[in-house]
Amino acid sequence: MTTYRIDTVDQGTVTYTDQKRWWWLLSLVNPLIPLFGIVGHWLTGSELWLLVPLGMMFIMGPAFDWLFGEDENNPPEILVPQLEQDTYYRWLTYLTVPVHYITFLAVAIWVGTHSLTWWGFIALTVALGFADGFAINTGHELGHKRTKIETWLAKIVLAVPAYGHFWIEHNRGHHRDVATPDDPASARMGESIYQFARREIPGAFHRAWMLEHERLCRKGVPVWSIHNEVLQSYMITVILQVGLIATFGWIMLPFLIIHNFFSWWVLTSANYIEHYGLLRAQQADGKYERCQPHHSWNANHKYSNLLLFHLQRHSDHHANPTRRYQSLRDFPDLPSLPSGYYGMYVVAYLPALWFKLMDSRLLALPHIKGDLRKVNINPDSLAAIQAKYGQADA
Amino acid sequence: MVKPMPDANRRYQCPGCGYTYDELLGDDHEGYPPGFLFADLPDDFVCPDCAVRYKEDFNFALTP
Ligand SMILES: [Zn+2]
Repeated sequence: MTTYRIDTVDQGTVTYTDQKRWWWLLSLVNPLIPLFGIVGHWLTGSELWLLVPLGMMFIMGPAFDWLFGEDENNPPEILVPQLEQDTYYRWLTYLTVPVHYITFLAVAIWVGTHSLTWWGFIALTVALGFADGFAINTGHELGHKRTKIETWLAKIVLAVPAYGHFWIEHNRGHHRDVATPDDPASARMGESIYQFARREIPGAFHRAWMLEHERLCRKGVPVWSIHNEVLQSYMITVILQVGLIATFGWIMLPFLIIHNFFSWWVLTSANYIEHYGLLRAQQADGKYERCQPHHSWNANHKYSNLLLFHLQRHSDHHANPTRRYQSLRDFPDLPSLPSGYYGMYVVAYLPALWFKLMDSRLLALPHIKGDLRKVNINPDSLAAIQAKYGQADA
Repeated sequence: MVKPMPDANRRYQCPGCGYTYDELLGDDHEGYPPGFLFADLPDDFVCPDCAVRYKEDFNFALTP
């Protein structure tokens, strides 16, 4: 295993061995989960196997997070430049891109060539939707990097979940406005995920389009052109999805609609839990304070982090967005989620449980201490929240 | 015609991620042509790479 070392004046020789180095291969194989259902179905002839991928995500995921617990590992800051230069980590993100395509096409072919029961069809398609929703995570890791190959791979992988506008929306919109009422991709206290989705999905698309529109206008390039970075990825999506309909017929239409919807829903779920209720203070000049680690919810669980390129170490990511996944750190006293994303998604889908679990956790944060003025609150829920948690005078 | 150039090669760096705006080069991707002054960037300009830091956070540095 590779050990990084550096000689320093004050601390002597500092060394670091990444214990997770090979475990990161889990992020590469994670998109293959729907194929377990297909292989099982193929070998046994039983469609019950098509339920297995959803079970691997939402039963096995939270169970393994509970079992393997949290990750105390942080690379020493002085060796982060060496860790970032190590191209092994980069290759894993590159190779995840074709893995998403392989899974997507394999499932599409399976659905297109077998007459499945309605429930088998739905279970497999929804599982693929979730797996490809995590293609947005792969695109997220790649899209934050400044090399040409990484930004292009981001656009290519985002074509699978039909979410080509994400790269622009996220990097230049969400990161700018995160944890403010202006951000359609930051959830407000009292807002259920179902209310949030209706604000987030159209809001994100609108913001991406406006940002790209402004950029292209400055360049003097027509908005409806090949230079439009929203449309570049969408063109790949159109070729892919129209090609499937032409090949396998109309069965592909419900397949693609359900698939695309659940892919988007994965992102909505992530956005919902990542900044729920958190608020950056507004300065005298109207601008917001710069994003700090306490403006994101963190999940430091080993298993799900290894599946998701450290996405859940979200506080460090938002404070330092260009940092590569292998160098993201955990800090003490961060807003932290009781489980990894797979478990928290399930909680978010049950709003009463979510509010019960998260509202008290939010108000107990050291920088909030019950002060509702320091919370991003859903305007429609304000009266009810004030009645429940006090502080009617602002 | 030669484009009007600022008198020195002035650079401004994001303190968070290291992105550098060089007035001599501008930023083609963002649509700022060579010679476009940092001072003329919009007031709500945010770092194109990290989007965490605002225009007023950037540090000025003459190219050595
Ligand atoms: Zn920056």
